[in-house]
Amino acid sequence: MRSAVTDLPPTVAADARLLARALADPGRVMALDAEGWTSLLTIARAEQLIGTLALRLDGLPLPHAVEAILGDARAAAEQGRRAALWEAEMARRALAPLGCPVVLLKGTAYAAAGLMAGQGRSIGDLDILVPRAALDRVEAAVLGAGWEWVKPDPYDDAYYRRWMHELPPLIHRERDRMIDVHHTILPLTARVTPDPARLIADSVPLGNGLRTLSPNGMIVHAAAHLFADGDLAGGLRNLWDIRCLVEEFGTEGLAEKAARHGLRLPVARALRLVDGLFAGGRTSSSDRLYVRRLTARDGWGRPTRPVTRLAFYVRSHALRMPPAMLARHLWTKWRKA
Amino acid sequence: MDTAAPGAIYRADPPGGLVVVPLDAFTAVYHRRSGMTHLLTEPAPQILAILGDAGLSLDALLDRLADDYDLADATASALAARLDELVAAGLVATS
Amino acid sequence: MRHAFALRIGPIGFRIGSDWRAPIDQLRSLYRDYPAPQDGVADYTVRLFARRPWRRWLRPSVEIGGDYMLPEAAPLPLRHGLLAAEMAMNLQMALGARRHLLLHASAVERDGRAVLMTGVSGAGKSTLATLLAVRGWRFMGDEFALLDPATGLLHAFPRLISLKNAAILAAEAAWPDARMGPLMAATPKGNIRHMVPDARAIAAMDQPAAPALLLFPRYGDAAAVRQVPPAEAFVRMTQASTNYVALGEPGFTAMTRLIADVPAVAIDYPDGASGVAQVEALCAAL
Repeated sequence: MRSAVTDLPPTVAADARLLARALADPGRVMALDAEGWTSLLTIARAEQLIGTLALRLDGLPLPHAVEAILGDARAAAEQGRRAALWEAEMARRALAPLGCPVVLLKGTAYAAAGLMAGQGRSIGDLDILVPRAALDRVEAAVLGAGWEWVKPDPYDDAYYRRWMHELPPLIHRERDRMIDVHHTILPLTARVTPDPARLIADSVPLGNGLRTLSPNGMIVHAAAHLFADGDLAGGLRNLWDIRCLVEEFGTEGLAEKAARHGLRLPVARALRLVDGLFAGGRTSSSDRLYVRRLTARDGWGRPTRPVTRLAFYVRSHALRMPPAMLARHLWTKWRKA
Repeated sequence: MDTAAPGAIYRADPPGGLVVVPLDAFTAVYHRRSGMTHLLTEPAPQILAILGDAGLSLDALLDRLADDYDLADATASALAARLDELVAAGLVATS
Repeated sequence: MRHAFALRIGPIGFRIGSDWRAPIDQLRSLYRDYPAPQDGVADYTVRLFARRPWRRWLRPSVEIGGDYMLPEAAPLPLRHGLLAAEMAMNLQMALGARRHLLLHASAVERDGRAVLMTGVSGAGKSTLATLLAVRGWRFMGDEFALLDPATGLLHAFPRLISLKNAAILAAEAAWPDARMGPLMAATPKGNIRHMVPDARAIAAMDQPAAPALLLFPRYGDAAAVRQVPPAEAFVRMTQASTNYVALGEPGFTAMTRLIADVPAVAIDYPDGASGVAQVEALCAAL
């Protein structure tokens, strides 16, 4: 696969930088040939950014086949947005009698607040943050409103309750949609422990009884999620979220806010990666390793750079859990497999 | 979903929130806000038509069903059961 | 990828990449009369790949990948590579299609009017469609039919016809001139052989048709005809659609319009000849 974006040397195989550039500077797609378009669309699907790309390119004169595919993606994103907001509304109805704050997180929050980060974004589960003191009542309320435990597995359940930052996953028996009920934004096993009470205190009402994090709170959470709560998988989408939040809200007070939650370094790195990937900024050598991981996807949609991927997978587990616990966790998983 | 407290007000979506297509004994209803399709039988379409977003109590709804649709044999408990189903489906909300 | 092929079936373009040559050669041969994707840009990408490099040669095992995937898709041996490609292409349609209401149905057309046939596996929707094609109907497809919500018209999707077990011999006898893929023995679905649709089906695949009859055939019992009430037809057709829910309001509008405009009939038929006669009688009476 060759890239048709002109400033990539022609011998360089396409990777997800093709997508990053198209998102950041939509006019550049005009130089793509059929093969370049095919690569771009395939990578965008694999990174779950096809809807975002479709909205960014809306209005440009595109080849008919591309316009049709992106039209489908826009319609799918709109339907996804509708379903996500409906899940939030059903959670609101179930939790309203409790009178506790309910903070929407991630994609649903961006869509509900009408933010740029929500435009075309694919949204999976409903993620909400509630005060830890209200967790038992929230659990009872969602169970009473048709949500059910996904897996009645005692090991996983004990693991979640003891160490994770959320209830075990729940799924609605009629609507078939998952809800993740968080009481903080990182696992309790992580070395950094953000202050969830503070995040909730700073949260912003949406006008319908639900809330979102403050703008800086959203950026801090997105950065924490990108680096500490996963193996950077889906990282390009998360980084695009951060790029949009920064563009919309700026970074005033962000560093102090990040420091207060012990997330100064992840937030600073996220901002550098945004600048490097989406604005052509300079990156340090360690940042470039992250860029390599974030863009490890070829024009057929295949994950590439397996060594880089593995390094990040081990690293992400190490961040979430102290080493002895990691071994115990993996052993339990292996034995059951 | 628990049955709403006595005196609760039931509300449906405002006009335009539903696309209603009668088929036969069933009526296909597309709920724009959720993107979900429901197949309803009498008196559910009538309940949705009467409620609107202004909202009514159970007793007021019972009176209107009798007046507008001649559904005089509906009892309060049977109607409450239908309303609970509509609440669970998200087509009706209580306050 | 090492080997690649792109084609268009009806309105949908596919790009298939493979770590092995054989499945691509088979696709290229069987789909030789099909056009390339519009503007050279495929709607969907399918990948046939080896999980580990040595599995390209050692007990070669074909993993199925693509734009849309199910986690439980199990690999197939290389000798079933063509089946893997066809399954993966179907999966892209089932999970990814948004431009059309995707109906799991066979379809034939005559004089611009289409008969849509859907039913559980073994109901005979595929057999009836191919038998009607012999009688001069245009074959539009035996797996998916694509209903355009904007126009209400049905678009053809005449992919390779997947023949199973006893149907292979029957088809070979009925169409001695048809081009056939390799016989794939002992697949997860039994013996499979793919047949290229007739030349007319391919040449006319860009011509949509107005749906004129919804048919729910059932093979085995004495001949019988029953009108299907609208609500039952609505439920059966939504169950036969993989993307009804995903389409949202356009799907609802297209489906309710289809149910309102097109008569729905269930038939029992004891054998193929009777089934064809029943369908033609129903169409003559429209």
